[in-house]
Amino acid sequence: NKHVQHFSSQTSPSVQVCIVGSGPAGFYTAQHLLKSHKGIHVDIFEKLPVPFGLVRFGVAPDHPEVKNVINTFTQTAHLERCEFFGNVTIGSDITMEELKMAYHAVILCYGAEGSRSLGVPGEKLSGVYSAKDFVGWYNGLPANKDLNPDLSSDAVVILGQGNVALDVARILLSPVELLKKTDITQASLDSVAASKIKRVVIVGRRGPLQVACTIKELREMVNLPGTKPVLDRRDFEGIKDALKDIARPRKRLTELLMKVAMEEPSGRDAERWAAASQEWSLRFLRSPIKILPTADGKKVAGIRFAVTTLEGSGENAKAVLTGQEEEVSCGLIVSSIGYKSLPIDDGVPFDETQGVIPNDMGRVCQTPGLYCSGWVKRGPTGVIATTMNDSFETARCVLEDIDSRVLDCSMAKPGHHALRGLLEKRGVTPVSFSGWEKIDALEVTRGDEIGKPREKLLDVQEMLQLARA
Amino acid sequence: SSMTGMLRSEDKVIVNFINRDGEKITTEGKIGDSLLDVVVEKNLDIDGFGACEGTLACSTCHLIFDDDIFKQLDSATDEELDMLDLAYGLTDTSRLGCQICLKKFMNDMTVKVPEGVSDVRQAADMSKTTSGI
Ligand SMILES: Cc1cc2nc3c(=O)[nH]c(=O)nc-3n(C[C@H](O)[C@H](O)[C@H](O)COP(=O)(O)OP(=O)(O)OC[C@H]3O[C@@H](n4cnc5c(N)ncnc54)[C@H](O)[C@@H]3O)c2cc1C
Ligand code: FES
Repeated sequence: NKHVQHFSSQTSPSVQVCIVGSGPAGFYTAQHLLKSHKGIHVDIFEKLPVPFGLVRFGVAPDHPEVKNVINTFTQTAHLERCEFFGNVTIGSDITMEELKMAYHAVILCYGAEGSRSLGVPGEKLSGVYSAKDFVGWYNGLPANKDLNPDLSSDAVVILGQGNVALDVARILLSPVELLKKTDITQASLDSVAASKIKRVVIVGRRGPLQVACTIKELREMVNLPGTKPVLDRRDFEGIKDALKDIARPRKRLTELLMKVAMEEPSGRDAERWAAASQEWSLRFLRSPIKILPTADGKKVAGIRFAVTTLEGSGENAKAVLTGQEEEVSCGLIVSSIGYKSLPIDDGVPFDETQGVIPNDMGRVCQTPGLYCSGWVKRGPTGVIATTMNDSFETARCVLEDIDSRVLDCSMAKPGHHALRGLLEKRGVTPVSFSGWEKIDALEVTRGDEIGKPREKLLDVQEMLQLARA
Repeated sequence: SSMTGMLRSEDKVIVNFINRDGEKITTEGKIGDSLLDVVVEKNLDIDGFGACEGTLACSTCHLIFDDDIFKQLDSATDEELDMLDLAYGLTDTSRLGCQICLKKFMNDMTVKVPEGVSDVRQAADMSKTTSGI
């Protein structure tokens, strides 16, 4: 066991750090700490048997480039002073109190596992899903493996206009020839192949200047084979004037929207759109008020919107109701209005309104020795690079606190040695990083047989068995 | 590596990186290699650089150029500009290092790694967009 060696050969007192969650925040925080301080030992606890959080279970299967970050995370996991413990849920298998006893510092990187609810009647009807579950389904998240959404209606409504909404739309509309070369689960691929969907309506409460997606994802939609964008030019009248004063990212995004909405398509776009058998559209200024059931009351049949108008302008513009209403019929609704972090333990402060752990640059307020990074620190927004930066910030705070002795590391702490026994007593078998690598190898082999980069295992028991073998 | 060892000095240019902490790193790179290749090959200590390994999917290879060099660079593709739009501390002379290949005129140029963390809050505006409403 490399750890026993590490301990016996260690002359200077080692700093025991524990990270909760193995997504980008966990791995980038670990990376920075291990690189900057040779006396730090990092244990990463992950509730699933497999690592990498939303890089595995969020990032769309047709974005394999984004998942290249896994290579760097794997290097970090292989470092002598880093150990991975999968299949351990902090808060139930091990309590926060036990962690605090065992480590000098605990860094919470457990992401945002809840989703914001719409709060409208009909939300529980069959055929209404949160984007979190829908994404989890096509990405093989064990908890969502039996979602089996019904894709047999011709219209889908997606609520929200962020990148996750566009991911969902793109997966629903992508040609099967493209998807079958990705790591989308086979069951989802079969569903999408049999789908009858002709129209995806992506709805926002505010206007074109407030859409929450980024331009790369929008451009992908515009260029999606077999699919035509439908934007209403009336939504864009008068917007040109606003373009002068806005920052470049928003400006370029809006210009692309306006080009699609207002200009005649030319060349390949014209051909592709004329031949398209499916379409997607962006609808603005619509706020959901009720999800409408079928006659038997069992399934979704449509959705009623309140028409809104904007008060104020720019990012802070507010949608206010006009009194007008509108109904759209559809057989599937995906609500993509945001992920939400959940409190982990009574002993950890949590800001219910912001949905984050209150912190100052990653130092959890009023709780010395406790830190946070990633979505649970900043809220469920931002790309991996955003998460990387704020993880480095948190790591720097930890290093500063070690240097200034705000973090008292003079007493030796047992780290995972204190926890192994507890886990065993509680019947929890952790999955090591090499255990994950066995799962990984099998997934890649299974994928190989059918021309995919991997075929994910969907069942936790199967993962555990394989890791133990 | 032995490959670079065999190259004559005319096939290389000097590149200066100003790292986040202000430290200057001077190194050399092969003409035709991208700035990401240089960082990887020379194992330069720039935390988090090149996360997507040059596939235009991350913007962590964002570098800021001097005006005179910037003007001489090949123009950026839409795809590069799309990713650049997500970079922290975007400037008028920003480019993605994985898309810029070394040429003779770049000899002794200086490129700046933007400070990531201090810009997080200013960048909140666009980064907010990723999975919000
Ligand atoms: C659908 C979707 C698509 C995205 N696509 C992109 C993209 O294309 N490009 C991009 O740059 N960014 C993308 N992002 C954003 C990116 O995924 C996030 O910025 C990043 O994953 C946040 O990292 P995190 O570590 O804070 O959270 P997560 O990645 O969610 O990691 C949290 C980890 O903690 C674990 N955990 C939770 N509770 C516990 C517990 N009690 N005990 C132990 N472990 C626990 C979870 O299982 C998980 O592994 C996407 C996000 C989503 C939702
Ligand atoms: S390395 Fe990711 S965009 Fe250049």
